[in-house]
Amino acid sequence: MLYLNIFFNEIYKIIFLLLPVLVSVALVVWLDRRVWAFVQKRKGPNVVGPFGLFQTLADALKYTFKEIIIPASANKSIFILAPIVTLTLSLIAWAVIPFDNDVVLSNINVGILYLFAVSSLSVYGIIMAGWASNSKYPFLGAIRSAAQMISYEVSIGIIIINVLLCVGSLNLSDIVLAQKKVWFIFPLFPMFVVFFISALAETNRPPFDLPEAESELVAGYQTEYSGMMYAMFWLGEYANILLLCALGSILFLGGWLSPIDFYPFNYIPGFFWMLLKILILFILFSLIKAIVPRYRFDQLMRLGWKIFLPLSLIWVVLTASFLFFFNMLPIVG
Amino acid sequence: MKLNRILKTIFMADFASGLLIALRKFFEKKKTINYPFEKGKISPRFRGEHALRRYPNGEERCIACKLCEAVCPAQAITIESKIREDGSRKTTRYDIDMLKCIYCGLCEESCPVDAIVQGPNFEFATETREELYYNKNKLLENGDKWETALAENIKSDSPYR
Repeated sequence: MLYLNIFFNEIYKIIFLLLPVLVSVALVVWLDRRVWAFVQKRKGPNVVGPFGLFQTLADALKYTFKEIIIPASANKSIFILAPIVTLTLSLIAWAVIPFDNDVVLSNINVGILYLFAVSSLSVYGIIMAGWASNSKYPFLGAIRSAAQMISYEVSIGIIIINVLLCVGSLNLSDIVLAQKKVWFIFPLFPMFVVFFISALAETNRPPFDLPEAESELVAGYQTEYSGMMYAMFWLGEYANILLLCALGSILFLGGWLSPIDFYPFNYIPGFFWMLLKILILFILFSLIKAIVPRYRFDQLMRLGWKIFLPLSLIWVVLTASFLFFFNMLPIVG
Repeated sequence: MKLNRILKTIFMADFASGLLIALRKFFEKKKTINYPFEKGKISPRFRGEHALRRYPNGEERCIACKLCEAVCPAQAITIESKIREDGSRKTTRYDIDMLKCIYCGLCEESCPVDAIVQGPNFEFATETREELYYNKNKLLENGDKWETALAENIKSDSPYR
């Protein structure tokens, strides 16, 4: 009985986390298309519902009624498993994201490690999709995606070390609280830029959308997918983008902390600030989608390994020596 | 020169200026027309759906000279004619295969009496092929329906003919 109780308690918490995440993913897809259209002087989706807000729901409904086609030469079980893995991995990462003081599903002490592990795993969904499709475009897309995500994960990891040096804890709530005096974007601004660009590469967004470069690879690893399975990839992708926006705002923009710590601002709930910061980062993501051309693959690799990796490594040394020299290393415990 | 380039790369100057342009365009007026509710302007020479016109007294204009049939590059027009009791030659059959038609406007240009014209209507999609084989009745009907617009268009375009 006790176990059952705990079980149901957890379930309702999970549902209360995942439903808003999925709904906001739907809204964010709409926002993305809208921003993209506005930059190109178009109006974008504006028919379904107020301002076209329900466009994504209409699309999702359409996807559910579409036939799911499984290619004859595909490896059926892995083919079906791939979108499930992608979506699940992009959703479970939300468990450790703090939206406010103590508003977090599981406040684990190694939150950032957990996030890092999950986002590394999400390459598997794409590799599985590309391999199981047994077709050339998905295969090439998956190879590119794997190479790209692994390269940029390295520099993201080292950037995170920069932040951790200043905090002295792997707990995401502690990271936010450590920014009470100053957000890390100010002392670590170059690292924020590198983090942002790596996040673009990590989520296969333009200018690093090589895995789904439509002019070269049709739709990359999603080519053979249809109906709800395609929609799951799509949901997973946007949930991942939101996750990296959330991670960016936690690491550099002070999470739920209000930008100015006095009367009218610190009475607004932190939840609101967190959402605002995620939203601002996301709008930056979609603006960038509208203005940049796609990178060539060797340029992508050069940027990742020859520029970002050395730069972030040097910055780790700089941060560590600065903190050590001025005796500002955080006290653990 | 080289140093300039390097500095530009490090501070992402090109990227920043691109972002500024994007932001400026973001707030500019949009060019989109909400199509079924708003429509773009159409030239009086627009070559849309065909129509056969009548004289104001209700008499058909077409004199069955078959110039349009002869000039039609897609051979979409079929005409048969007969002498009427009052001695005038009129069509008994005037078919246009709208699927063959390439909307070049040569029929309208060749017509000596402004009988066959292409009107401003372009929203005549149908659900079956058969509905797009227009016969004389359908064309005359179109002519009656669009007469005001057709007359207006012909009038405004006449100085250039």
